[in-house]
Amino acid sequence: MKRLKVFGSLVKDSLDTITHGSKKYHLWMALLTFVMLAGMYCYSIQLEHGLSVTGMTDRVSWGLYISNFTFLVGVAAAAVMLVMPTYVLKDIDFKQAVLIGEGLAVAALIMCLAFVIADMGGPSVLWHMIPGIGVFNFPNSMLTWDVLVLNGYLFLNITIPFYILFRHYQGKEAKRSVYIPGAILSVFWAVAIHLVTAFLYQGLQARPFWNNALLGPRFLASAFAAGPALIILVLAIIRNFTEFKIQDKTIKKIAMVVTVAAQINLIMLISELFKEFYAPTHHSESAYYLFFGLDGKDALLPWIWTAIPLNVLATVLLTFHKLRNNFKVLFFCCFILFVAIWIEKGFGLIVPGFIPGPYGKIAEYMPTGIEIGVTLGIWALGAFVFTILAKTAIGIELGKLKYKKK
Amino acid sequence: MSSNNNKKWFSLNIGRKEKTSSGSCSCGKSSGGCGGSSNAHHMTNEAFTEAAINASIGEERTKDGFEQVFDVKMDRRSAFKKLTASLLIGAGAVSTSCSVISGDESKEKAQIDWEEQFKGNYKLMTDKEKEATVDRLVRSYQLRTGKNISMSSKNAEEDVLFGYAFNISKCQGYMDCVNACVEENNQDRNSQMQYIRIHEMKDGKGFNFNEADDNYYHEVPAQGHFYMGTQCFHCDNPPCVEVCPVQATWREDDGLVVVDYDWCVGCRYCMAACPYDGRRFNWSKPEVPESEINHNQHYLGNRMRKKGVMEKCTFCVQRSRAGKNPACVEACPTGARIFGNLLDPDSTIRWVLENKKVFRLKEDLGTEPKFWYFMD
Ligand code: SF4
Ligand code: SF4
Repeated sequence: MKRLKVFGSLVKDSLDTITHGSKKYHLWMALLTFVMLAGMYCYSIQLEHGLSVTGMTDRVSWGLYISNFTFLVGVAAAAVMLVMPTYVLKDIDFKQAVLIGEGLAVAALIMCLAFVIADMGGPSVLWHMIPGIGVFNFPNSMLTWDVLVLNGYLFLNITIPFYILFRHYQGKEAKRSVYIPGAILSVFWAVAIHLVTAFLYQGLQARPFWNNALLGPRFLASAFAAGPALIILVLAIIRNFTEFKIQDKTIKKIAMVVTVAAQINLIMLISELFKEFYAPTHHSESAYYLFFGLDGKDALLPWIWTAIPLNVLATVLLTFHKLRNNFKVLFFCCFILFVAIWIEKGFGLIVPGFIPGPYGKIAEYMPTGIEIGVTLGIWALGAFVFTILAKTAIGIELGKLKYKKK
Repeated sequence: MSSNNNKKWFSLNIGRKEKTSSGSCSCGKSSGGCGGSSNAHHMTNEAFTEAAINASIGEERTKDGFEQVFDVKMDRRSAFKKLTASLLIGAGAVSTSCSVISGDESKEKAQIDWEEQFKGNYKLMTDKEKEATVDRLVRSYQLRTGKNISMSSKNAEEDVLFGYAFNISKCQGYMDCVNACVEENNQDRNSQMQYIRIHEMKDGKGFNFNEADDNYYHEVPAQGHFYMGTQCFHCDNPPCVEVCPVQATWREDDGLVVVDYDWCVGCRYCMAACPYDGRRFNWSKPEVPESEINHNQHYLGNRMRKKGVMEKCTFCVQRSRAGKNPACVEACPTGARIFGNLLDPDSTIRWVLENKKVFRLKEDLGTEPKFWYFMD
């Protein structure tokens, strides 16, 4: 009973925190709300007319939505890079970052689910996918695995921080014996969500571009670069706008994680390119299309040739301690790395998988305005969710939000 | 040969009659709603309507709207589903069917929509449930358009395994098969959906799909070219079935790979998994002019689809299970297409497989397509 009362008061207090803030905060939230509404409008058009309002066709049947989904799974998985050292290895530096990281994971997962739903042809029969009521094709379909692991991870990432914050809210310390098992589990789980998502593509013999053993590991490497890069950027913003103290040491440690992951990612990229271009078979055609265009069709060239230099530049800059420890350079690197990996894991991975088609047909894909609108709306939704979570968490951690504090 | 006399193989003996009265036929109660059975045409419209209503909702007819919705017999599963329902489309259906003003027909429509929205996966239905859903769909069509269709829920027959062979040297690229397929299977005319693609290839270059043209608009046969058709190959080991998260697509006992359009959630994973470009998606609401609709339908075949679902060639299940050739085979003016029961040693397809040099596409993938190419 008491717990319920505390919970009620927590909800009330957090609602209070969320609705109050500086002018900039209100502007930010208003902007997000506006973008979300615009996204919803676009989605309503899609509901009305079907997926024909997107740029997808029978030849390229997955596009922007699934690209973003794939990328965001990686971002969500990246929270683990922070969870592990903090909870398990008792590394104090990360303590503050980890709550932010998990908040980010929750927001990313919600966006993932939203992207999947946006991509469905029949959202009204989505209950067919719910285990128990629907008919589940387990264990054959990788998509059912994905549904399970994503929701499980979401659950873990909501419950662990919630438990900790709930204790802190009441002015108590969180019990290690309660959250450590969950934290350890979430470490493995994070790897699982990303590997399973990679297997979703890797397991298709029909698409040689995906059907390669390096896909899973490369997913992980790029995720552990892009996710923490985003966390660094977010921490930088939080440091700027709130009283939440994030030490330089914390950011530097996360920067180290980003650097190593980015380096590994680059090595794998080189290995992949070597395989595709040193001794090209007809399996290399997708890669060829991606990097050089095929038959005069080259819609992806500007994308990938933006991504690769950004990726290399960021990795090189990060490699030098001097540069990495300069926060201006670091933030810049994180930003371009994030963009580079977003392109690579999204457009650069999903779309060329379909080109050329099973019989060599080259049909290009370009997202439509409606698709972009829905996508922006979902990103705004993610930012919105994250802002709310972070604001509450920071409030509790700073002691501003406290049970029975009048 | 002796025991095989009783077999379902077509092409050679199309006129066999006994089959139409097979027990698995959807209209066990002589309602006449069954596809393929010819007695449907002997009934008057009224009698048919009556029978269809009886079959679909039976005693529920006499109840008022509220009872219809809340008092229908439910099994464990559907009870749960219907609870979830009220959160979704349900709300709309309930309000229509509860409304005092709305006529009997709209109540019935609402009732049908309700049951259709929350019915189970066809693959797991009993024959009875299959009949019920087919009857509902027939009735629904009638309520909406005032026209009758016949829809079958005929199951696979024993000792039948369908196979297909394509004679490369005979095909001239006329595309009659494509047109027949579109008409037979009620494919969307707006998006010009076509299950079959004919690839025009240059002589002397082998099977070079990269340089082939599957969208030509010139007089055929073009000099120095040959033609090759592709469609769903009805793999024995179909990757498209493996990946479907909700088992909305599966391989039937007679080898047909089918889709339950009402169960498909439209994720298009199967499309990504098919190495043969065999699947088509309804990106928008499919439209067929009323006058062109083929009224002889099968639940798993050419019945009307909605937007956001996957579909594909079913070897014309509505025809092949009724002992006829698929529309493409029938329409081909050159006889390049051979279809038949692989288990029947006397079938033409067996003769082709045994006497011609046949090959299949992408055999290395291990999908075991039941579609062969050969040359004279
Ligand atoms: S050809 Fe494609 S759609 Fe047809 S059964 Fe094989 S994998 Fe499935
Ligand atoms: S599109 Fe439909 S049939 Fe294909 S995998 Fe998804 S749910 Fe299954």
